[in-house]
Amino acid sequence: MEQQQLSNATRMVDARDVHKFFNQTEVLRGVSLSVARGEVVVIIGPSGSGKTTFLRCLNHLEKIQRGTITIDGENIGYRQVNGKLVEDQEASIAKVRAQIGMVFQRFNLFPHMTALQNIIEAPIHVLGLSQAEAEASARALLAKVGLDHKADAYPNKLSGGQQQRVAIARALAMNPKLMLFDEATSALDPELVGEVLKVMKQLAEEGMTMVVVTHEMGFAREVADRVVVMDQGQIIEQAPPAQLFNDPQQERTRTFLGMVARAN
Amino acid sequence: MASTGMYMGVLAQQFQWNIVWQFLFKPAIVQGVIITVVLAVLAQITGTVIGLLIYLLRRTILRPVADFYIWIFRGTPLLVQLLFLTNIFPYLGLTRALNSSTIFNDLGFQYIPLSAFLGAFLAFSFNEGAYMAEIMRAGIDAIDPGQMEAAKSLGMSYGLSMRRVILPQAARVIIPPLGNEFNSMLKTTSLASAFGVLELYNAGAGIGQSLFQPLELAVDLSIWYLLMTTLWGFVQSYLERRFNASTTDGMTNTTFLDRILGRGNKSPSPTKETTAEAAISGGRR
Ligand SMILES: Nc1ncnc2c1ncn2[C@@H]1O[C@H](COP(=O)(O)OP(=O)(O)OP(=O)(O)O)[C@@H](O)[C@H]1O
Ligand SMILES: [Mg+2]
Repeated sequence: MEQQQLSNATRMVDARDVHKFFNQTEVLRGVSLSVARGEVVVIIGPSGSGKTTFLRCLNHLEKIQRGTITIDGENIGYRQVNGKLVEDQEASIAKVRAQIGMVFQRFNLFPHMTALQNIIEAPIHVLGLSQAEAEASARALLAKVGLDHKADAYPNKLSGGQQQRVAIARALAMNPKLMLFDEATSALDPELVGEVLKVMKQLAEEGMTMVVVTHEMGFAREVADRVVVMDQGQIIEQAPPAQLFNDPQQERTRTFLGMVARAN
Repeated sequence: MASTGMYMGVLAQQFQWNIVWQFLFKPAIVQGVIITVVLAVLAQITGTVIGLLIYLLRRTILRPVADFYIWIFRGTPLLVQLLFLTNIFPYLGLTRALNSSTIFNDLGFQYIPLSAFLGAFLAFSFNEGAYMAEIMRAGIDAIDPGQMEAAKSLGMSYGLSMRRVILPQAARVIIPPLGNEFNSMLKTTSLASAFGVLELYNAGAGIGQSLFQPLELAVDLSIWYLLMTTLWGFVQSYLERRFNASTTDGMTNTTFLDRILGRGNKSPSPTKETTAEAAISGGRR
């Protein structure tokens, strides 16, 4: 998976020289990352290194100040107009976002809707599916994440692990080309982490293109095609997991992996 | 009053309950009730929409416009706003067109100059909008920003996210103060009487004056206003319960008694809710 050799046809994510400022602080300092169709990229790195911010830039929840991001060949959030970046109309941003699933650390299920209603909301109101179509596929997705018996439960009646699985089903209901996971298991009790990772692993095996920010090194080792290490707003190293974990090239990567190993 | 022969002084007037009952359902009074309710409902709905628009406007580059609006309508007396808006039509050359309208007569009411009704409606609406903006802000800002982000990440537009995700959750926070606003509105519409709108107060006070029985008619007015605000109290409690039930991490339920006695739901603090709810349901059973 040498990213430089990816042709346009196989490239799902193409971020080039992304710079992001919060006020005066530059939190992304020229991040470039390509993700191939069907590839699973896991992003690791110390706290505050910009992993979440970068992920949020990929579906334009954050604006970027320099660089370009394309998803499946389409610009996200910006058009080039006479060599200048101009922010897109809301409608066209929404259109690209509809093709990108995002799973949040804190689930963000809609608390006033049942699990099923959470899942059918966007397919009906964004994709224009009929209630019956949307429900049928929602029930299939609930079964897939092992929660078909919880269709009518409100989020506050579900465990964290169950809520996160509903959130994954909700994202999948849009038939996304790409799934983004931001520490999907970090808010969970340890005994609930496994059930969510299992769903994510299954998704990877089915060929979903995924960008996963996680502290779960086991998952990275087992599922990732490529592991990307971020530090201080930059990608400092990337390699297939076996290579990266066994033979890290950068001193900072070694320090970080050492810290993680001691923490576990 | 039970002992009818009680001496009350030569100039003292006898309070007559029969006048109270006689006028309670007089068509003029009932019409006044209807005008009051219609005016209050229209102004509250419009004011709520204006409040939402002002809230949205404050989040754009046009924020100074919204702030100016709030500054004006909170910084001047409602009575002055009424004076302004009920008298603006002559300056717009619209008075004749408005006041030749027989809409109230056509509906079987006494004549009310449409310019007065419309002006009062606008004044109450605009004024309410300035206050509803703050209530909307408190309600909407109480929602976790993660909700909007989740909606957006599903490809929902800002408007759709607001309508389907944010506002239904904010409603739980908005409805108690909104209900209190409407309770005030029902009573505040009486100010329109000063500008020729024949609403409840105007109708009742007018009759009272012409009969030299102001107190009896004041009792009639009190009965009607209490009836309206009490009925609204029922509706409000129902709405609050419904929105608490449909959203999951709820706030305290306000009982009907709490509502009409003004012991409102002031604490959205999640730690207090369980005890408060237990106390309420325990007290009722
Ligand atoms: N909304 C914001 N406003 C200002 N600064 C922010 C904001 N969000 C993030 N930052 C800063 O940007 C930097 C990168 O944050 P980010 O959340 O992307 O890191 P992260 O790698 O995801 O960390 P963690 O592992 O703790 O989740 C941090 O220094 C953070 O303080
Ligand atoms: Mg993060």
